[in-house]
Amino acid sequence: MPASDHRPATLIPGGGVFPHRHLTGIEGLQPHEITFLLDEAERWVDANRTHAEPDKRLAGLTQINAFFENSTRTLLSFEIAGKRLGADVVNMHTAQSSVKKGETLIDTAQTLNAMRADVLVIRHSSSGAVRLIADKVDCAVLNAGDGRHEHPTQALLDALTIRRRRGSIAGKRVVICGDLLHSRVARSNILALTALAAEVRVCAPSTLMPPAIERMFVTPFADFDEALRGADVVMMLRVQTERMAGGFIPSNREYRLRYGLTAERMARLPDALIMHPGPMNRGVEIDSVVADGPQSAITEQVAMGVAVRMACLDVLTRRARGVEGWA
Amino acid sequence: MRLRFTNAQLVCPVAGEWRGELFVADGVLVDYLDEAQVVDCGGRMLAPAIIDLGVFKVDRAACRAGGIVHVALMPDGAPVLDDPGVVQRAALIGKPDLWIHPIAAATRGLLGRELAEMAICRSAGARAVGTGAGWIADSAVMRRVLTYARDLDVAVIAHAEDGNLTAGTVATEGETATRLGLPAAPAVAEALAVARDLLLAEETGARLHLRQVTTAAALDLVRAAKRRGVAVTAGITPAHLHLSDLAMSDFRSFAHLSPPLRGEADRQAALAAVADGTIDVIASGHDPRGPEEKRLPFADSAPGMIGAETLLPLSLMLVRDGLLTLPALFDRLARNPARVLGLDTGTLGAGMPADLMLFDEKAPWRIDGDASVASAGNTPFDGLPVQGRVLRLWKAGHEISATPSPPPTS
Repeated sequence: MPASDHRPATLIPGGGVFPHRHLTGIEGLQPHEITFLLDEAERWVDANRTHAEPDKRLAGLTQINAFFENSTRTLLSFEIAGKRLGADVVNMHTAQSSVKKGETLIDTAQTLNAMRADVLVIRHSSSGAVRLIADKVDCAVLNAGDGRHEHPTQALLDALTIRRRRGSIAGKRVVICGDLLHSRVARSNILALTALAAEVRVCAPSTLMPPAIERMFVTPFADFDEALRGADVVMMLRVQTERMAGGFIPSNREYRLRYGLTAERMARLPDALIMHPGPMNRGVEIDSVVADGPQSAITEQVAMGVAVRMACLDVLTRRARGVEGWA
Repeated sequence: MRLRFTNAQLVCPVAGEWRGELFVADGVLVDYLDEAQVVDCGGRMLAPAIIDLGVFKVDRAACRAGGIVHVALMPDGAPVLDDPGVVQRAALIGKPDLWIHPIAAATRGLLGRELAEMAICRSAGARAVGTGAGWIADSAVMRRVLTYARDLDVAVIAHAEDGNLTAGTVATEGETATRLGLPAAPAVAEALAVARDLLLAEETGARLHLRQVTTAAALDLVRAAKRRGVAVTAGITPAHLHLSDLAMSDFRSFAHLSPPLRGEADRQAALAAVADGTIDVIASGHDPRGPEEKRLPFADSAPGMIGAETLLPLSLMLVRDGLLTLPALFDRLARNPARVLGLDTGTLGAGMPADLMLFDEKAPWRIDGDASVASAGNTPFDGLPVQGRVLRLWKAGHEISATPSPPPTS
């Protein structure tokens, strides 16, 4: 395979073992930096399970969740993560229609900046929007999903789930199946898992496969059964209902037939870990018996999500909090 | 006014390159004059001024800086150039520094449905008709446009991209668009549209100018059509010759263009097509866009770039790279665009209007969007070191000063 001639994004100077001011994507992170975030998250996994004295290290800091696109799960996860760490969390939920124009986007960002937020968590429907805001504000910016581009905390929580359930990521065969074309989750996961030396296979009907995806060091498959052979982890992606109905695929039932993770397919995967970023279309890309079965890590992913987001909020505010070695 | 240009390195698309003198009487090039005011060129290059085929905004300061005295104005403005009154006014706004040749809309409102009043617009000053920045989706309408334009002997200037494939997209499919998560169209969208328009031009006998042909497949189609004798010409901008889709990395909205930047293989094919004459015209595509349209997420930003000021230095790179000789470059910058527009200019032959440009092909400078004299700074070449500066400019024998004259009062 020819080497990629794509130049990665430049590093943002910061401090400490994680020299990034923002987390706008997995792209630009070194493997050891990803591992560092996962290690940091581990401690919050344990802390969240006990009823120990809460660690309010973000007390007095203001975290603004600016969501320019609808979200329930991710918003909630970031809100809980911030509150567990003692931050003052404010949610700004802007209807997509009223903030379509980008002047408003930058103006909004600068307004939030002027209010002296310490962390901005941003979701936006346009690829690159979070990066644009990150360049304009002083505080740390966390990408909670931008268009089809990246969703870095999802990739981190998925990596953490695999690492905890399977001991390591390197050398594992991970199959990502579903609407890769429109999926930011897939992009971030591909970047994170390949950086951590997993073997990543991607599977979708060719109408939903991004062109030149093999240049991201993954192997594309159109045949799901072939892709599943020897899989250690199967990550199913949500298929948006608006893509069904003849646009990209003919119908739900045809999709399920070719790409659904059914009980029959599961029978051939006795050891595989099953994951899904949610929300699921039960009976389309994944059958309930699989989603609720013993090999499913789907609810664990949600738990890991809070821990990973706590770790990211902690690490990105260390400079501002003047933590020793990070100033 | 009688002028004698001495000590000049003359560059003419027809006569070639030689050291000598040039004479101008009453705004026209003549063979010899006894008495004339002497302009010492100091050994610099004297060439026909640039004819910029297809700008979206009249930007007199940028044209002066870029050595441009003729521009063909795209019909996409507000209001659309589909009405003789609007066309006539557009033709006047450049005076006295600039000739403006409006490209009239081929269809009413550029909507691609009904024929616009091409003949009346031509009497009002339009030099060609065009589809603007969009595509005429309906092949029956496109065929009628070409047929009608053939009767009037005006060229049809077309934007060739299949609008169904490009709807909602901002990039060319490939690794960069995939990594950035940008909605992208396949490169074949261009070849599809080019194929249709070429076949219709061949069938109707109309003159067709494809304003930007940027992919290998489409260039092959143009090359083959020219061999068959189809009356087609093709253009391109320096951006598609010097940049590939990698320039969009980091969501740089200044690299958001229409058509979008292509993959490296297509860029190489475009360079080869400039060298072998498949591409006839190099134009700036000058389209100033302020921060309110560019400081946005990539997919929400407006496509377009400025280019009038940088057209000469970026084109001179092709000469330095050995793809074109200097006279051949001025074929692409002056003579061929003049022919598309039916203008009698673009060479140094006697009897031609004295539209002249004195330039230093070696003068080094760095492209800087913020320092640009254009009305906005959206250049995808920001920060690039280049060579070549326009020193002086004459339009029909009258020198155009670096500080533009006030626009005419209407």
